[in-house]
Amino acid sequence: MSYLPALAVAGLLTFLTRLSFIALLGRFELPPLAARALRFVPPAVLSAIIVPELVLRGGELQLGWRNARLLAGLAAALVAWKSRNVFLTIAVGMAALWALQALLAG
Amino acid sequence: MLPEAPRFTRGNEFLSGCRDELPILLGVAPFGMIYGLLALSAGLPVAVAQGMSSIVFAGSAQFIAAQLIHDRAPGGVIVLTVLVVNLRHALYSASLAPYVRPLGRGWKAGLAYLLTDEAYAVAVTRYLRDEGRSDVSPYRHWYFLGAGLTLWLAWQWSTAVGIFVGARVPASWSLDFTLALTFIALVVPALKDRAGVAAALAAGALAIAGAALPYKLGLPLAALGGVLAGLGAEALRREPSTAGRAA
Repeated sequence: MSYLPALAVAGLLTFLTRLSFIALLGRFELPPLAARALRFVPPAVLSAIIVPELVLRGGELQLGWRNARLLAGLAAALVAWKSRNVFLTIAVGMAALWALQALLAG
Repeated sequence: MLPEAPRFTRGNEFLSGCRDELPILLGVAPFGMIYGLLALSAGLPVAVAQGMSSIVFAGSAQFIAAQLIHDRAPGGVIVLTVLVVNLRHALYSASLAPYVRPLGRGWKAGLAYLLTDEAYAVAVTRYLRDEGRSDVSPYRHWYFLGAGLTLWLAWQWSTAVGIFVGARVPASWSLDFTLALTFIALVVPALKDRAGVAAALAAGALAIAGAALPYKLGLPLAALGGVLAGLGAEALRREPSTAGRAA
């Protein structure tokens, strides 16, 4: 049995999802409320991806100091806020994660 | 009379798009390799595993589809699941639509194909940085193209490495964490006012609350809630300030 037809349809729908507003917006003006709402899409979507990654471990909420990913993420957020440098943020975040994992394991 | 040397060129824009996408590849490459390994161990033929990376071209949806194929789910379930997991891409489409509006159909279709989480994050950051400037480059779509193509190539290549070479990054390195760190590096400097912070906090809280929802539905719902929270915070702020000015 081949799953290629299902994957082709899934790929086409993904493409159409990404094309939807890009293709339609040329034909009408965006209402002002929608334009204001769009400003909040990046912080909302990115936070919805990041936060569970930091505080959920195997489906459980972990807000304590033993959660290395949460602490490393907070350190990275501080660096991102102060430096606005992507490489530095990743470097400090990964260094913090490795250090914390080593500490917590020992 | 010689024309003034152009400050912005297609080539420069394209290359800076490629360059700004590079840090993200640290997180994407291991993710692609793991997908390749996982897809093969789930029983997908090599051509299907690699083909999915170019046909669907969406990391988390590919992981879930591979799992569903492994579980012998019907094709309709796979299609529906991929659609739901990728619903957030409609938000990206709406968010970038005003900026790519003047482009022709070919450009719009091509950029839409390349519109993943990681290309969106880099492209929208660039467009927001330009906001309120008078000397905006006329070739910003080349920047978008550079970022999108760089990610596309990295995804195809890392999938192939995972499939054909079987190279394995030890899980203890936790390299997948670089993806979250990249998103942190992009979102934190963009939080310029209280309404933006409210949107981020609400979306984060809702994402935790909705994490157990099936088909990753928690993600689009949390994003929607975050946008509403941002709008609400903005409206609350606006009314007292105009009232204060009138008094």
